[in-house]
Amino acid sequence: MVSYLINGISLGAVYAIIALGYTMVYGIAKMLNFAHGDVIMVGGYMAYCSTSYMGFGPLTSVLFSMLVCTILGIVVEKLAYKPLRGASSLAVLITAIGVSYFLQNAALLIWSSNPKAFPNLFDLPQVQVGDSVVTSVALVTIASCIVIMLALTFFTEKTKMGKAMRAVSEDRGAAALMGINVNSTISVTFAIGSGLAAVAGVLLCSAYPTLMPTTGAMPGIKAFTAAVFGGIGSIPGAMLGGILLGVIEIFAKAYVSTQLSDAIVFAVLIVVLIVKPTGLLGRKLTEKV
Amino acid sequence: MSKVLKVEDLHVYYGSIHAIKGVSFEVNEGEIVTLIGANGAGKSTTLNTVAGLLKPAKGSIEFKGESITGIEAHKLVKKGMSLCPEGRRIFQELTVKENLEMGAYSRPTAEIAASLDMVYEQFPRLKERYKQIAGTLSGGEQQMLAMGRSLMSKPDLMMLDEPSMGLAPILVEQIFEIISTLNKNGTTILLVEQNAQMALSIASRAYVLETGRIVTSGTGEKLLKDDSVRKAYLGG
Repeated sequence: MVSYLINGISLGAVYAIIALGYTMVYGIAKMLNFAHGDVIMVGGYMAYCSTSYMGFGPLTSVLFSMLVCTILGIVVEKLAYKPLRGASSLAVLITAIGVSYFLQNAALLIWSSNPKAFPNLFDLPQVQVGDSVVTSVALVTIASCIVIMLALTFFTEKTKMGKAMRAVSEDRGAAALMGINVNSTISVTFAIGSGLAAVAGVLLCSAYPTLMPTTGAMPGIKAFTAAVFGGIGSIPGAMLGGILLGVIEIFAKAYVSTQLSDAIVFAVLIVVLIVKPTGLLGRKLTEKV
Repeated sequence: MSKVLKVEDLHVYYGSIHAIKGVSFEVNEGEIVTLIGANGAGKSTTLNTVAGLLKPAKGSIEFKGESITGIEAHKLVKKGMSLCPEGRRIFQELTVKENLEMGAYSRPTAEIAASLDMVYEQFPRLKERYKQIAGTLSGGEQQMLAMGRSLMSKPDLMMLDEPSMGLAPILVEQIFEIISTLNKNGTTILLVEQNAQMALSIASRAYVLETGRIVTSGTGEKLLKDDSVRKAYLGG
């Protein structure tokens, strides 16, 4: 029971880290970046290559992977999304799906479709919690998630750039009138989201150590679900949504059925959206005249 | 008197609609210049184009002797131009103080505290409520916040788009008093208003816009007495 809960929270923490990327990009650029899941996969491959071929240590490989993904995020935004600023949201959405296929197929060309065994980066002993045993990867994941949450909250609440991001997310035109460069704010958002996706990729592959070009697709969709579940655009919402989703998934697997677990997860989402269309922590602004 | 703003033969399109058809006007240092006109005459479009939010199809805009035609809005703030937009558009989810800080985004952090004090002095209400989420302020307070936020960039030219919109008459008077005071303290002002009576009474000079063209101009006093202006905008 306790170990299910910890595993659930740990899986949820990965979803939460990915969901943060979705929710920040949605909040600021007002688009759903469906290629976000595939950045996770790229992050996984970067960590895999840097440890297996380049001899990097665990920490350097994580940093390397974050660096590559951050650059990837910025480049994708500049080349694929920026020219569509002001275009219909459908055009942007389709482009994002296109970028997603592009990344998957590029990975297929480079690394082939054979699954790679992800190296064990966190070579730590298992931990005894009460009567049950949990892996150290699960605990590292939860700890990383907490650190990221705190850092992001500090960033958006206290720093000049973070405040500018909140201003851009509310009203782009008004933000530009304050002297805020909206385009570079959007770039920074993509950079942060993609860097986080790299972390999520490493954590995910450490817990489920098979790496394929499609590795990021399903967690990407689930994390998107988590972001909507918690209220898209809201950082605490993404966190809460991710963790709840992970816990529900693991409990559904343990007590109901492994095959049905995804169906149960999405059923819960549907119920939440019927009861509260803005998600758990989402809210609608009312305009005052 | 040196020219702060000089707009010449400005043409702006919204898609295929020719919204501004050759507007020319200027604002001198220390003046309050107002653009009046009916709904849809192109007043806001003119301001938004000057502020860099819209790109003109033709014409030139000069600010402090430098051509700024086609320069993006966020770069113009640093040059000393500020637009307090129609409908206030404060950041509802940010606090009052954070809104004001955003106004000073392009200035060095060290100078912000002094400007905050200056704005708080001008608008004591904002000081009382500096921690409050801006969306919870009343309409009048939100307008003061929007103006305070514009002042935080220490503009050489402050443009105000319909600052009296949706406010109770007593608040409208208060807002216009504040505009006059700001001007006396040295800020050059370009004001767009539907409330022509109030606008003309504080303006040094005024331009009347009709369907994208300037039809009359002159001192505020002269236009207040002008028969056609009275009939069209001042209720006879």
